[in-house]
Amino acid sequence: MASIDGALLDFKRLDRLAAGNTALHRLDPRAKVLATLVFIVSVVSFGRYELSALIPFFIFPAVIIGMGDLPAGYLARKIALLCPFALAVGMFNPVFDTAVMVQVGPLGISGGWISCASIVVRAVLTVGAALVLVAVTGFPAICRAMEHLGMPNAFAVQLILLYRYIFVLTEEGGRASRARELRSFGKKGLGLSSYGPLLGTLLLRTWMRAERVHMAMLARGFTGAFQTRQEFRFGAPEMCYLLGWASLFIFLRLHNATQLLGALITGIFQ
Amino acid sequence: MSHHIVAVKNLRHVYPDGTAALRDVSFRITHGESVAIIGANGAGKSTLLLHLNGYLTPSSGEIQIGDFPLNKCTLPQIRRTVGMVFQDPDDQLFMPTVYDDVAFGPLNLGLSGADLDHCVTEALERVGAGHLAKKAPYHLSGGEKRRVAIATVLSMSPDILVMDEPTNGLDPYARRQLIGLLKDFRHTRIFTSHDLDMVLELCERTIILKDGEVRADGVTREIFQDEALLAECRLEKPLSMQGCPVCGQSRSLAKAP
Repeated sequence: MASIDGALLDFKRLDRLAAGNTALHRLDPRAKVLATLVFIVSVVSFGRYELSALIPFFIFPAVIIGMGDLPAGYLARKIALLCPFALAVGMFNPVFDTAVMVQVGPLGISGGWISCASIVVRAVLTVGAALVLVAVTGFPAICRAMEHLGMPNAFAVQLILLYRYIFVLTEEGGRASRARELRSFGKKGLGLSSYGPLLGTLLLRTWMRAERVHMAMLARGFTGAFQTRQEFRFGAPEMCYLLGWASLFIFLRLHNATQLLGALITGIFQ
Repeated sequence: MSHHIVAVKNLRHVYPDGTAALRDVSFRITHGESVAIIGANGAGKSTLLLHLNGYLTPSSGEIQIGDFPLNKCTLPQIRRTVGMVFQDPDDQLFMPTVYDDVAFGPLNLGLSGADLDHCVTEALERVGAGHLAKKAPYHLSGGEKRRVAIATVLSMSPDILVMDEPTNGLDPYARRQLIGLLKDFRHTRIFTSHDLDMVLELCERTIILKDGEVRADGVTREIFQDEALLAECRLEKPLSMQGCPVCGQSRSLAKAP
């Protein structure tokens, strides 16, 4: 199926971005993970009617995209894919929450619309920050960083292996699905019922591959403990990055920068 | 030096479902030999290879690698001695980057720091893959994957290299490159393959398996001359020993002075 192959290529592109060599890419992944964590906590901790105070937070993904030399359009499309889900969550707010909160000329905007917009903006911010983090750090490095920050080794290893074999599994799934499609001659084939055995076969193949991978690990002296290289260095640049962003996020959380800016501008013109 | 010896005596293996994959296999491979194990599909080649580093345990019979008989106590030592390269490199390359993958074995052996780095870089350079160190395995081509898979094993400095279908699925150039690389190794080498031309180039000695037994064991060139034997074992002469379709002459004869 073209879409599975297409999705895989798209996914590989995200993975390739992490191989870049900007100052951001070179930072210790722990600093990047922690800064993103502070960002996400700050964004989601706002009240549900808050909208204007969220806008300044866009500076974080924007700066990272700029400094990390990332393709903004590509990432925007990825984020847009998730918007419908956020919209589904906030969809009914305007129906149940009809109290008018803001009056723009003759138009009264209800609290429901504001909270719905707030949910979408938060989704865009948090998903954007996570995607940008993956794009400048790479998924395996994030796992390593989390491990250094206290996540159990077994989880880290599982996630790393999962990520490694997602590519192989998707390729296998794509091939099996293509073979099914080519023999169903534009019709539905056997319909849904043909997907059961297909998934079953994939599961069995995964099982057999897992056995072979284990065999390959044993052949190279694996005894149960996953050894990893100690390659991280948390120096001055990491400290600046983390403290800089964290203090900005906390400032933006405590003060509504949009209002401050508005007050400043109206103050000048008065 | 006896530590590069592989001796198999009356090896028999029956799978849990009752299939006797190996009935009675005996041979002895000495230091520095390059040996091909060939045979039809289902002749027992892969089962035999899996015994050589102790992944499968014999139903009966003995295996000796170097000075040690293969058993539970000697397993770690033997797995270090025997470097096994699997048929599908995707099974062998399970770490996020090529560097991590090549470092996996040495890390398990307790190497770290500059020693580890030196060992990994050397293994990668040996197979001409130094520039791939930071790449993820799923971004590599088939030939690159194969060479990196060999590096993952070389980094543990094994004495014996065992490879399952090394040239399977490679384009002619990558295959030629790999054969050149394998020719240079001084390890004791054991290959299984259906690529008989590669066998002819790399191995002085060939063992033919048929229905779980050794059907023939001898000099590769002599075995490949015996057409009746080859046909019986569902094999045929390597292409380079067959007549040329244009002039009718065999290449090996045409080359002779």
